[in-house]
Amino acid sequence: MSAEKNYIDIFSQNRALIDKGSAGAMNALRDKALECFTRYGLPHKGLEEYLHTDVRSWFEPDWGMNLNRIDMHVDQAQAFKCNVPNLSTLLYFLSNDVFAASDTAANVQLPQGVIVCSLREAAERHPEIVDAYYGRLADMERPGVAALNTMFAQDGMLVYVPDGVVVEKALQLVTLLQSPVDLLTNRRILVVLGRQSQLTLLLCDHALAANKYLTTQITEVFAGEGSSLKLYDLEETHNANLRVSDYYISQEADSTIETDFVTLHNGRTRNSVYQTFKGQGSTLSLNGIAITDKEQHVDNMTFVDHRVSDCTSSELFKYVLDDSSTGAFAGKVLVRHGAQHTESQQTNRNICLTREARMFTQPQLEIYADDVKCSHGATVGQLDEKAMFYMQQRGIPMEESRMMLMQAFVGEVIGKVSLEPLRDRLNRLVEKRFRGELSQCEGCRACR
Amino acid sequence: MNTVEQDNSLIREISAEKYRYGFTTDVHTDIIDRGLTEDTVRLISERKGEPEWMLEFRLKAYRHWLTMEMPRWAHLDIPEIDYQNISYYADPTVKKEGPKNLDEIDPQVMKTFDKLGIPLEERLALSGGVAVDAVMDSVSVKTTFKQTLAEKGIIFCSMGEAVKNHPDLVRQYLGSVVNYRDNFFAALNSAVFSDGSFVYIPKGVRCPMELSTYFRINAAGTGQFERTLIVADDDSYVSYLEGCTAPMRDENQLHAAIVEIVVLDRAEVKYSTVQNWYPGDENGKGGVYNFVTKRGLLKGVDSKLSWTQVETGSAITWKYPSCVLLGDGSQGEFYSVALTNNWQQADTGTKMIHLGRNTKSTVISKGISAGHSQNSYRGLIKVGEHADGARNYSQCDSLLLGSDCGAHTFPYMDVKNETAIVEHEATTSKISEDQLFYCNQRGIPMEQAIGLIVNGYAKEVLNKLPMEFAVEAQRLLSVSLENTVG
Repeated sequence: MSAEKNYIDIFSQNRALIDKGSAGAMNALRDKALECFTRYGLPHKGLEEYLHTDVRSWFEPDWGMNLNRIDMHVDQAQAFKCNVPNLSTLLYFLSNDVFAASDTAANVQLPQGVIVCSLREAAERHPEIVDAYYGRLADMERPGVAALNTMFAQDGMLVYVPDGVVVEKALQLVTLLQSPVDLLTNRRILVVLGRQSQLTLLLCDHALAANKYLTTQITEVFAGEGSSLKLYDLEETHNANLRVSDYYISQEADSTIETDFVTLHNGRTRNSVYQTFKGQGSTLSLNGIAITDKEQHVDNMTFVDHRVSDCTSSELFKYVLDDSSTGAFAGKVLVRHGAQHTESQQTNRNICLTREARMFTQPQLEIYADDVKCSHGATVGQLDEKAMFYMQQRGIPMEESRMMLMQAFVGEVIGKVSLEPLRDRLNRLVEKRFRGELSQCEGCRACR
Repeated sequence: MNTVEQDNSLIREISAEKYRYGFTTDVHTDIIDRGLTEDTVRLISERKGEPEWMLEFRLKAYRHWLTMEMPRWAHLDIPEIDYQNISYYADPTVKKEGPKNLDEIDPQVMKTFDKLGIPLEERLALSGGVAVDAVMDSVSVKTTFKQTLAEKGIIFCSMGEAVKNHPDLVRQYLGSVVNYRDNFFAALNSAVFSDGSFVYIPKGVRCPMELSTYFRINAAGTGQFERTLIVADDDSYVSYLEGCTAPMRDENQLHAAIVEIVVLDRAEVKYSTVQNWYPGDENGKGGVYNFVTKRGLLKGVDSKLSWTQVETGSAITWKYPSCVLLGDGSQGEFYSVALTNNWQQADTGTKMIHLGRNTKSTVISKGISAGHSQNSYRGLIKVGEHADGARNYSQCDSLLLGSDCGAHTFPYMDVKNETAIVEHEATTSKISEDQLFYCNQRGIPMEQAIGLIVNGYAKEVLNKLPMEFAVEAQRLLSVSLENTVG
């Protein structure tokens, strides 16, 4: 527990400083977070849920934390132009955990009542929202990073869409990690959708400069009755990056959520999604892609909780593992007593390209209701030799046919993205990734 | 009566289904005192007249067991077990008085096995029938057709006899597949095990008849800890059946067995189980805790091992018959039907560990849950770094009858070789209303229709059972299912 003790000490010594750099509800939860963290600690390999990712060891080195809120200014326009051609988005940034809107976004009039701002600012200016939602979903009563994050998080972003409002333009949040020293960042994202509202949110995670970064990110998503959310999370960082991202999603009746978790380039990543159906008639489409090489590691854990009847969930995760990279997928679907007419489908397909690449997969079904249709499937294999042969016979070189088959393999997941410009963009990024060009975003200075 | 009420009344009927093997036999049984200490282990070894090395084996296991904790990872709610409140050795063959005649079996015991449908008189068996090793409580009562089998060089006897008569073979293979350190129950079994069967099939011999062991718990306050070891030498073949029952009692009885199978070059072993331990009553009172470690080591090239199990009994089942596919080209199979009713709990499945090249495994598991029961499939498919060309296909289906039961699937896949192909599919659903409607429309009453559909659902597995067992298994399933409506 030495890693834990270290963080408890830092927290106790710097409590005033942490509170000063933050506000309201965020500060109010810290005592409870400390209590939970002291009790449950950091997640480690001894726990079934973290069997393949030893998160605790990531926290052992002495990381720097910017508790003082020293300004590490990033010229966003210079550093980054992660635009999606033909998709007009409103661009926001989180440099480490400091929020900023792009010039265009800052000057745009958002629909009536929509709030997109720094979470710290929101805690001061809209306490009624932040108090009502902050920390309500993130479960600190278990080993995980939620408690640690709640202890240290000082800022992040709030997206609030009131009842009946449709945000036409997609919002894009680019998170940039940049620091002159190795840095641990704890940030929060809070997304609240009112009844019958609609939102598209694109999160791009990047790391600038070659320092080591460890990030914990807790995202809480409240989808109100009849709301619709499209949420895409794209990671393109570098080999020294460590990321622990927890999504907590709650869906009221008749809501629809479409999400995609794409890991194109990373170091070691652990993504957890804890989703709950709270109202009948809701739909969740939860998809993911991981493309890894070198020593990279991607671990996606999903937990879909069918608490009420008449909900539908579908999951599709695909991995392509090259070199000595490792992948893990654990997906649990829980259908509680009385959650009749549940339909749930979960698929995890993986391709290992080398002998050293390693895949663990663990789909799980736990069902306590009888009138349900649930299935899961998982495969680990290689590219289809017959297809390869056929293509070469038609004059397509071996490398090219490999590329095309891999592209087609992950294409199934990309095909589920309903925004066409984003789909094209992802296809292009994936193609570049397979061609061995580090999936750098065009125009991104840091990646060049 | 509307359909829902009808459903419920039928479900109640099946819950009230009586366990027909629940009788007890009044036979003089020598039971040692309850409790487990090093002295208990020494006493068991002494009673069995074992050599020193066997006692050492037991003591090592016992000492290791003391350092272990009961596993809690399964999806089971296991009440606290008081290991000091169980008697670890019960011998129903000891005579009250008079000189001992080893060949003479207490007529009561004979009758018991007759009643269970296991004739111990060779003349009563059908021609080309089944050789049986009958085990009651801790002791093997009789092994039939020993002579006929010996002519072919096949050894089929109780473990106790094997330790005395074939010590070299036993020493070579005992614990070679399931080490006493393997898990909590394996350590416990290694310390206190009593009779089970020992089978050795020599090189090139095809066993002419099915071998079978019938396990019966009779005495109260005891547990059964049998141990079975099967060695199939090069190019041999054997089909082995295992059956088990216990009386109806309010107390929970513990059954912690080990089955080890060694399959050498090109040999083939078929191991079939119809597990029908007492499952407890409709309120979940009583029943056997069945915590079993079964594993086969496919040591030889092109060797083959097939596990088939029909699990209908036991209050709690914790059982994962596994294959270690070490020999190149070896094949492992696992076919299972697990049915739980009332308050039964089952966490069962298999492990296929692919280590050799071009190894293949197939897993077909069918779970059926009714009443308030919980039924889980748990499986591991592991492909080692050197297992080029490994191939696995797993299919787990669950059928839910009633809205208060649970069906769960926990498959694990761990692949370290890029040439491996591993596939897993699982589905969970209730009986198709279309199928029921179709049957009803054709004049088949609801309960028969369910029996028909469930038997069809399990057929893929039942077909793998040897004929003698298939009949028994089908009857067992129909007893439990004919009256169920989903």
